[in-house]
Order: sequence, then structure tokens, then C-alpha cells
Amino acid sequence: MAMMNFEYKYRIRGGTLIGGDLFDFWFGPFYVGFFGVTTMFFTLIGTALIVYAAAIGPTWNLWQINIPPPDLKYGLGFAPMRSGGLWQWITFCALGAFVSWDLRMIEIARKLGMGLHTPIAFACAIAAYFSLEVIRPVLLGAWGNGFPYGIISHLDWVSNVGYQHLDFHYNPAHMIAVTFFFTTTFLLSMHGGVILSALNPGGDEPVKPSGYEDSFFRDLIVYSVGPLGIHRLGWFCAMNAGLWSAVCIVISGPFWTHGWPQWWGWWLNLPIWG
Amino acid sequence: MMSMILAPFRLMGLLLGATVGNAPRHPWKTLGLASAVVCGLVVWGLMSTLQTLPVNSVQLGFRGTGVIEQYNVHKADQLLAANTPDAQYAPVAPAGKPASAVYKNIQVLKTVDANEFLRLMAAMAQWVQPQAGCAYCHAVVNMASDAVYTKEVARHMLLMTQYINENWRSHVGAAGVTCGTCHRGQGAPKYVWQFTPPPGGYHGYAETQSGEDAPSSAADESALPYDPYSPFLLNSAPIRVQGYTALPSGNRMSIEQTNWTYSLMMNFAHSLGVGCNYCHNSRAFSVWDQSTPNRVRAWYGIQMVRALNRNFMEPITNLFPRGQRGLSGDVAKISCETCHQKAYAPYYGAHVVAAYPELTHSTNGSPPATQTMAVPKGAPFVLPTMTKASSIQPIAGPKEASLSVPVSSGSVAQPVGATP
Repeated sequence: MAMMNFEYKYRIRGGTLIGGDLFDFWFGPFYVGFFGVTTMFFTLIGTALIVYAAAIGPTWNLWQINIPPPDLKYGLGFAPMRSGGLWQWITFCALGAFVSWDLRMIEIARKLGMGLHTPIAFACAIAAYFSLEVIRPVLLGAWGNGFPYGIISHLDWVSNVGYQHLDFHYNPAHMIAVTFFFTTTFLLSMHGGVILSALNPGGDEPVKPSGYEDSFFRDLIVYSVGPLGIHRLGWFCAMNAGLWSAVCIVISGPFWTHGWPQWWGWWLNLPIWG
Repeated sequence: MMSMILAPFRLMGLLLGATVGNAPRHPWKTLGLASAVVCGLVVWGLMSTLQTLPVNSVQLGFRGTGVIEQYNVHKADQLLAANTPDAQYAPVAPAGKPASAVYKNIQVLKTVDANEFLRLMAAMAQWVQPQAGCAYCHAVVNMASDAVYTKEVARHMLLMTQYINENWRSHVGAAGVTCGTCHRGQGAPKYVWQFTPPPGGYHGYAETQSGEDAPSSAADESALPYDPYSPFLLNSAPIRVQGYTALPSGNRMSIEQTNWTYSLMMNFAHSLGVGCNYCHNSRAFSVWDQSTPNRVRAWYGIQMVRALNRNFMEPITNLFPRGQRGLSGDVAKISCETCHQKAYAPYYGAHVVAAYPELTHSTNGSPPATQTMAVPKGAPFVLPTMTKASSIQPIAGPKEASLSVPVSSGSVAQPVGATP
């Protein structure tokens, strides 16, 4: 695997976004960087707040620990710590940590001289979280519209918010997002399958080069998107899954308060049906 | 100029992989631009079908559970304007004599003061048919005559209104109902239901016998069963389908039965302009102590609508001319939307009956016996096959129910000037 070792290329100075040489060093195998420091800062405080919120809660049952957002009456203002304030600061720390980590990814990408595909991909996941916990609550005018932190409790929130719109499966952006999620997962499974098969042929056969993978899919579905193309396609589908799921929740409430089935009235009322 | 005109064709050509003229191929730039244009059009199209801010959120459960109702302010303003009660008629000095002593052929409003009787008649004209006025129900040359069929209908509807206000405070609370609650100035209330044939718009693999899989206006335009009314708001088919245990333990309710229940629930939500969370916490639909208090009130509403459809609407089927009835000859019947008209409470909870105390109790001089009201003469009404006549049983009145109802505005005050 020596050819996969980028260590010599990675361990070079420069490529930082801010701070110049400040923190531009390695801690064992780990690059630190200015944003590594901010990541640790927000992570430690945020995690401590989560543990504290769990400690003052009624249970240590991992499934039932619940750190809910404030009541709607606090609007977009600060809530008392035990009445949602903890949720607000945990959300702040989480975003601080996520964004710091993404910026650190950009710095590493710059050191490696590679594209920004991975930090952009992670930014898409952050954007989905940001939509749920910041954009939508701000549009609706209260932090209380965010989801709670808890394994079961956030699932209950998802369920109830879906039922606010009677049947969330009629949400058009949700349909698109779900389709992209399934597609990217399907692509990953097919790609993973073909790679594992090519690398682990039966008996004493030698490992197959990428031409075999192309041939397999050309035989199977008449087309192979190719070894580079599959990663572009998977990236495209994954990005759209995240972005459309952000769209589907941001429009639910701020831009549509009825049941989602009713939204399709524009389709049912098209003049083409006679 | 020419290049601007040709640009779209070049773009299309590039998209199709062809080289047009001398245009260089820039697959990524071109694809990016084309994708941006397509995405922009899709987003613009989507946004044009949506609402605009602001939204009013109302929290109905513990914080963070998502038990929240969202009301678009623009839509709410329209609904508030559409659900404003008519102006009340000014109170009149009592005549000191009951209507039955002054006017002929009084059957329902016998004990009402004669002046109040005239006031109510004027209000009824306003509520039910302001254009036709008295002539909508009365033969104007002889007001005592029963020549016009709507007069006898009106008698039954008066009895029904009194029955609701007297017996179903568990549902209507202090607000009460008047004729206007359903009629809103229209001779036939706008939101009623009648038996309809199943939708026939689906074919092939989508075709089923379940009444599903076509847009159902009763179920918020979803593909759920098309008629949630007959089984649940006329008959008493079981609504509760959810199991009480995490794993299957004897609950034999099917997906299809669940779809019928969901169709009914969608109808409720649509009728009241709310989401499921107005009554339920979806983590456990069936559990009362996780539901909002509105669910208790809604439960009484279901019982009330069943009682009204069976005991008041179906018995007067033959009073209506054939043209006023449905395809199978059935009478127009009541659902939640008949009164609610997309408001969570009719007229948003305005106390409409307070100004008309004669509508809050029986005024025909006999003890309340509306459940045994005589069925009008005429040919026996044959129910369509899907409604089993044998399954229609008298249902328990609200006084026998064990649940207590949280009435938001306290107990119903005794109306001022109520006829003894």
C-alpha cells in the first residue's frame, strides 16, 4: 500500500486559511491547525453541556436522555439554561465544531493539493443540520421549532413534524431527497460489490483490473460510468440527498402549513385532465 | 446579436454532445450551466406553489416533541374573515305570551316568547337563506301552512340544534351552534356528504376494490379510501387500529383498516385546518395521557355526528325532493367540516348561541325526547349496499360516557332570559 501513502505530501507547511503558521503542526499522526483547536474547544464544551444536561435530567437511560429546545414562547431569544438554554448552547457548540472540522478539512485538502470535494460533501451534511436547527426555527420565529437531542426523542420529533403535514411522503422535496438517498446507497452497494468481487476473485484467479468492472456493468446494464465517474455520480447523488432533505424540511411549516397531500392540488387541477 | 439567438441552440447541441458550428465544447461548464438553469426552473416552479411567510406557531405539547400547530398568517386572515359570525339581532322586549298562544301551527318553538319567536325567525332567514327570506320555508300567503317542504325540514333542524346545544356541551362547549354554524347563508350547507360511487380512475396494477389509490377529496387529496364518512360517521366501525404493544400481540387490524382510519383522520384534520398534532402525539396515537385535550373533545364530536346523522338526518330523508338527495337517494349528511369549515372551532369559538337562548333547550313543551323522534311518512328509504342498515344501532348519549371534557371557557352560563 505504499503507493497510497500521502504522508510525505501531507506533512508540509502552508495551505492554512487563517493564522499562518499558528498551530500548523502535527500532534502524533494528527494535524492540529487553527481549526483543529477550535474544533476541540467547541467539542469539549458542547459534550460537557450534553453530559450536564443529561445529569440534571430524569434518566441515564441512553435511549431516553432528552435535551429539548425551549418553549415557543421564548421566540428567538435566550431561554433559561434548564428550559432550553442548554439546547441553544449545545446547538451553538455543535455548529462551531462541525464548521471548524470542515475548515480543517479544507486546510488539509490544500496541503494535499487536491480538490475540495470532501469538505464540500461534509458542508452539505452541516447545511442539513443548520437548516433543521437554525434556518427553519428562524423562519418560524422560535428556537422551539428545532429538534431535541436524544436518541428516541428526536425520532418522536421527526414523527410529529411529519404528522403536522398529515402525510409527509407527499412532500415533493422529501420524495426527491428519499430518491437520492436510496440511489446513492444503491450505487454504493453496487460499486462496493463490484470492487470486492474484482479484488477477491474465486480460486486462484488473479485480482482483476478495472476493465473487468467496466465489462461487468456493460454486460449487465449496457453501460459503465467508469472508475472515476462512479465517484462523481455517487457524490452528486449524496449531495442532492442532503440538500433536498434540507429543502423538504425548510418548506414544511415556513412555506406550507397544510397537509402535504393538499399541495398536489396544482397537479390535480391542471387543465390537461379535461 | 446572432450569437445571442443561437446561444440556446448551441447549448442544446452541446448537451446532446454535438459540435455546433465553431462552438468549443466545454462539457463541465456547459453541463453546470444547464444544470443551474434546470434547477432554477424547478425551484422557481416549486416556490410558486408554496405559501409565503410569516407563520404563527402554537405549541400544544411538551417542548421539543413537535406537537405544534403551524398557521400561515395570510391563510389564517382569510379563514378568520370567512368564519366571522353574522351580526346578532338586537334583543326584543318580551311579549309575555308564548308563540303557541299567538301563532297557529307552532310545533317546535311552542314555549318561546312570541316576540323572541319573531326575532328568531328573522335570524333564521339570515342564517339559512337571506335572498329568499321567509319564503324559503313559508307559503307567504299563509305563514301557518306546511305547504313548503323546507318548513318541516326546518322543524327537524331546530330540534337538532336544540339537541346539540342541550346534550352535547361536551363537544360544542359554551360556544354552541345556530343554524348559521352550518348554513352560512346557504339553503343547503356547503360542506355535507352523500354516498358516492367508488372512484373509477385507476386501472391495471393500481386497481383495487378497497376504494383507495385515487385522489380522495375526503382525505385531503391523498390516495386513501374515498369515503371515510359512511363507516365511521354514520355507522360505528371501529376507528382504533393501533396495537398497544411494541410487538404483535393479537391485534388483527389490517393495513387496509388502518388506511380507512387514516382517511377519516385526514378528513378531520382537513375539516379543522389543523395537523394530526392538534389532538395526537404521534409517538403514541392511542394513548390518551400523551394526547392533547382537544382529542377528548373530538371524541365527543365523533359520537355527536353519528347521533345527528342517524337520529336527525337519515330519518328526514323522504322530506327532501329527489333532486336534493344524493345519487343513491340518500339525504345530505354531516361531517366535521359541515360546522367547522376549516376552522379548529366553528367561527373560531365565538359564542354564537348565547344571543338565542331558545336554541339551547327543548321548547316544544315536552321533555327532551329527540332520540325517539317520529320518522316522517313516506316510502322506506333503502340504504345503499355498503351501508348495512342492521349495523345502525342507537348509540349511547353523551351523559353515559365516562370521560370528562375540559371545556376551555368553563361551564356554560345559563343564557339570559331563557324561557322557563
